[in-house]
Amino acid sequence: MPLLAISQLVKSFIAPDGSEHTVINVKQFTLDDKAHVALQGESGSGKTTFLHLIAGILKPDSGSITIAGQAMSALGEPQRDRLRAMTIGYIFQTFNLLQGYTCLENVLLGMSFGAGMDKAFAETLLERVGLSDRLKHYPRQLSIGQQQRVAVARALANRPKLVLADEPTGNLDPRNARKSVTLIREACRENGAALLLVSHDRETLSQFEKTREFELINRGSSEEANL
Amino acid sequence: MTVWRIVFKSLRQHALSTLITAFSVALAGGLLMSVWSIQAQSEATFTGVNAGFDAVLGARGSQLQLVLNAIFNLEASPGNLAWSDFLDIQKNPDVELAVPIAVGDNYRGYRIVGTTLDLFKKAEYAPGRRFALQPGGNWFDPLRREAVVGDFVARKMSLKLGDTFHPFHGLIFNEKDQHSETYVVVGVLKPSNTPADRVIWIPLEGIQKMSGHDPALATEVSAVLVKLKADSPLAGFQMDLMYNRQGNRLTFAWPIATVMAELFDKIGWFNRVLALVSYLVAIVATASILAGIYNSMNERRREIAILRTLGARRGTLFSCILLEAASISTLGMLAGFVVYGIIFTVAAGIIRAQTGVVLDPFKFNPVMLWAPAVLIVLGALAGIVPAVKAYRTDIARNLAPIS
Repeated sequence: MPLLAISQLVKSFIAPDGSEHTVINVKQFTLDDKAHVALQGESGSGKTTFLHLIAGILKPDSGSITIAGQAMSALGEPQRDRLRAMTIGYIFQTFNLLQGYTCLENVLLGMSFGAGMDKAFAETLLERVGLSDRLKHYPRQLSIGQQQRVAVARALANRPKLVLADEPTGNLDPRNARKSVTLIREACRENGAALLLVSHDRETLSQFEKTREFELINRGSSEEANL
Repeated sequence: MTVWRIVFKSLRQHALSTLITAFSVALAGGLLMSVWSIQAQSEATFTGVNAGFDAVLGARGSQLQLVLNAIFNLEASPGNLAWSDFLDIQKNPDVELAVPIAVGDNYRGYRIVGTTLDLFKKAEYAPGRRFALQPGGNWFDPLRREAVVGDFVARKMSLKLGDTFHPFHGLIFNEKDQHSETYVVVGVLKPSNTPADRVIWIPLEGIQKMSGHDPALATEVSAVLVKLKADSPLAGFQMDLMYNRQGNRLTFAWPIATVMAELFDKIGWFNRVLALVSYLVAIVATASILAGIYNSMNERRREIAILRTLGARRGTLFSCILLEAASISTLGMLAGFVVYGIIFTVAAGIIRAQTGVVLDPFKFNPVMLWAPAVLIVLGALAGIVPAVKAYRTDIARNLAPIS
């Protein structure tokens, strides 16, 4: 059974002119346990919305999303929050670190809503991403690359089965982008997490063995969707 | 634990806003507690102070003025009464003790009161407590120009045993009205925390026969302090009837507590205005908590969205905002006790200087429990509106950018 299974997923938004605009229309999509997959798509193509739907941040209009055997649509919001905290790690393009919290606290806070705070593991994660000497630094005291590494550590804090990465290299220079993708993949592999990364950057996508066109998936092509 | 951590972090991140808002709560709480406490203690103390007497007999006039003049050493005397009036009431079988007093002079603003030694030796200014002298002092000799000085006056005027002074005519100090007589300080009273502390006591005849005073007044007194016998429960009613209803020459102010309670009835409107002001300040403080947190919600929306992405529930964030609001008001109330202490100490200092009555800032009043509780609850309630906003924060919309 795949880790992530999506079927007949539809999400529409009402445009300012009142017309309905279907952003997501995925007939079928699966992701195996521990698989690393990159989705290629241009800006505005609905990649973030797709990840938000998977993470339970948005509710679909119709269709089903099953993660680790749990159907999202059958869960109430508190259970979806719990599933997100326990099963999914999220890496944002802008990292979304909490500015008032130190590196260590950012990672610990990620744990607090999931499996519970484990300071030793949080320090191990930060050490793994090369920030053992920055535990008590605040995000503003770190370089962009370092901030992203904190975000990677936080995403893995609850030992998630699935890591969603939304344009994680969007704010990095090519050299750091390459190192960053390598780090994310290694960290996911070491922690046994599947990785679903979306990006429009060809250099980033080239680091993946499996890359798919998001537009083809979103058009409902089932051949493109089975990964 | 997580909730408290988030609340603490948020308070620290918005430290300036937190401090300003907490300060406004502190002012409101401090004001509320001090207004209530000072009012309650003043009323209890002023209606409780009677210098050990039940009534005051004086010239025809206001009972309140008579009591203020004779017991609190405030206000002018409404007039004099004849020595024979004093002797009459002294001989009354229902009277345990009658002490005459004469006023009309001051020493640099502090009242000089002529009396007999009975005031110190027979009267108890509080149950079981008589006036006592500080070490080395003596009571004045009724036939000599000697003075016993209240503790407060002694400290303020730096008067000590053996010092001499010239009284000034009238109750208000005027340098030109100095009497030629010289008085010697022979005793200083131990603090009694009563109006007696801010008086200079001299023999009755000293006032009556002071140079420049009308010789016709030499046989008159300003008032008579009266203690009724405990086994004559109707004595007060009888004397009230005799002096106030049947007579028209004298006033019998009895009971002293009731007379003083009339004063507080008269100034009750002032207390209500003060209470209203403190209520308004409390409302403003509550509104400032609401405004402070609500205005910061825009900048917090992204943070809230991030926390939601990490798995925080809506209810958790709702609780965080409520707790934050309650924490600000709790911090404010802790500081409010300091504000209370400052306001009370200043007010008590003024009251003591003016009346000799001592108010105690550490004396418990129920307002010290209900005012903090009400303000903390109000503060938490003020957090409801921003908490609802946090609860309804759209995660996806606030997790910019969207690719």
